[in-house]
Amino acid sequence: MTATARWRPGSLGRTIAVAVLIGLLAFAVFGPLVNLVLWAFAERWYFPNRIPSVFGVSFWGRVFSERGGAVSSLATSVWIAVLTVVVCLAVAIPAGYALARVKLRWRGLILLAFLLPQAVPNLPVYVNIARVFYEIGLAGTIPGVVLVHASHGLVLAVWIASAAFASVDVSLEEAARNMGASPMACFRTVTLPLAAPGLMASAIFVFLESLDEFTGTYFVGVPDVMTLPLLMFNASMGGNYQIASITALLLLIPSVGFMLVVERFLKADVLAMVGR
Amino acid sequence: MAETMIDASAAAAPNRARRSFETSATFGLLLVAPALAIVALFFALPLGLSVVGAFQDKEGSATLANVAKAYELYSTDFVFTVAIVALSSALIAALAIAIAGYLTLGEHPKAVATLRWLYRWPLFIPFIVAGQLMRGFLAKNGTLNHVLIAGGLLEPISAQSMLDWRGIVIAFVWKQAPFVTLLLAGAMASLDRQHIEAARNLGASRLRVLFEIVLPQVKGTLLVGIVLSFVAMLSVLSVPLMINPNAPTMITVDIAYRINTHADYGVANALCLASLALAAAGAWFYLRHAVARAER
Repeated sequence: MTATARWRPGSLGRTIAVAVLIGLLAFAVFGPLVNLVLWAFAERWYFPNRIPSVFGVSFWGRVFSERGGAVSSLATSVWIAVLTVVVCLAVAIPAGYALARVKLRWRGLILLAFLLPQAVPNLPVYVNIARVFYEIGLAGTIPGVVLVHASHGLVLAVWIASAAFASVDVSLEEAARNMGASPMACFRTVTLPLAAPGLMASAIFVFLESLDEFTGTYFVGVPDVMTLPLLMFNASMGGNYQIASITALLLLIPSVGFMLVVERFLKADVLAMVGR
Repeated sequence: MAETMIDASAAAAPNRARRSFETSATFGLLLVAPALAIVALFFALPLGLSVVGAFQDKEGSATLANVAKAYELYSTDFVFTVAIVALSSALIAALAIAIAGYLTLGEHPKAVATLRWLYRWPLFIPFIVAGQLMRGFLAKNGTLNHVLIAGGLLEPISAQSMLDWRGIVIAFVWKQAPFVTLLLAGAMASLDRQHIEAARNLGASRLRVLFEIVLPQVKGTLLVGIVLSFVAMLSVLSVPLMINPNAPTMITVDIAYRINTHADYGVANALCLASLALAAAGAWFYLRHAVARAER
């Protein structure tokens, strides 16, 4: 019981110090976000005005107009992300199952191989794949961009899929097999549904990664594939802060939304198996 | 009871025979092969081309000219890159230890809950958006200066833009610290609390518990997080391009410039080699730790 006595909150001074530090952190986290929202609704904003001189939404109209390109690049981004998820899951589900259930030689090495695209600087890869794709006609095409996104997102798909399959109770599969289910039927009706939440999580991770990806698209997608991050980048480098801020805000919505719900998808039992 | 068990295993025997192919290594490799092929074709192959390309001239014969030219033109940028990434990594580690440490050892339940909700906001925000956020926030006319002026901490006349090396570091730390904190707090939460409570009962301060009991046990996780962040920061093109495109800048900007303006793949690949070498140095740090732990 002495423990509880000792763990009582400290003095008032300490409480204030903790409150001030958390306040500073809150400013560091939300200050840039508030600034972005202000820019998104600013018509005019010059130094030294603390807030925009004129508020308005005319730039929103421009972003979403046909010439603004936000709608078409958003559609391109989502389409690429969906295709990337399909490619990743199509190869990650068998691979994840094998890594979880089959005794593989060099299992550790195989797991590591999927990590490499995230553990090695990407620019060398993108620069040279763009050159190869240019020669075989994949540069500036959606399949080219999807393949680049898929190779980068694969580690999330494979590792999480493998963890999801590993967390499925083997005895349930054995029961199904002993009652005469074929391997495929057992996989389809027992293993896959039980692993579905984890697979869903990996799909969302891959989707978001693809949606937000910039560097690979910048090199492989030019000049024909215009995604939302590229549109934002062009607006920002062109000095148009309103348009850049509005597109950045569009990109923020899925990122922040996912951050708020991620733990519902990625349960502790799956998380504990990641990388094992 | 014993009888039914024997029966069960007898019934399972044909199943096991039927399943021998399903669990064989060949079958496993077949399942893994398509995924491995994607990594090989679209990651390993271009990476190899990059290394080879650093030592080839435009006709394809072997040369050291690219490396020499890269060194001559961009050695300052290389040092700049190392300094930025090293400083950012150190700040990320310090912040992650402080936040994860408070989440684990903090005594005010409300403060812990607030912090847990607060720190992870930038977690999934992409680098390119972080770059745009900082472009507004740290500009001369940004919210940071306005708040400092309103708080009397800064004269309006001396307000300046922080969009130089400081902006890059701030964007990197803002974006990556939550990721390392998430990993570290997770590792700390799975520690056995008995050691911590025992040390507290013996009178150790929370700071001492953090550095002498908690941190040594989660050092591996911290290193993984820092090495992954280090590599991510080395790869980012958007943040330095948006915040600090003028010399001296990071070598990612130089690589893009060599290709977009001069179509000079030789020097670009020589610069790529430099960033690969830096990443290898980071990985070596981690491997040294992993090997030392395996030997123990």
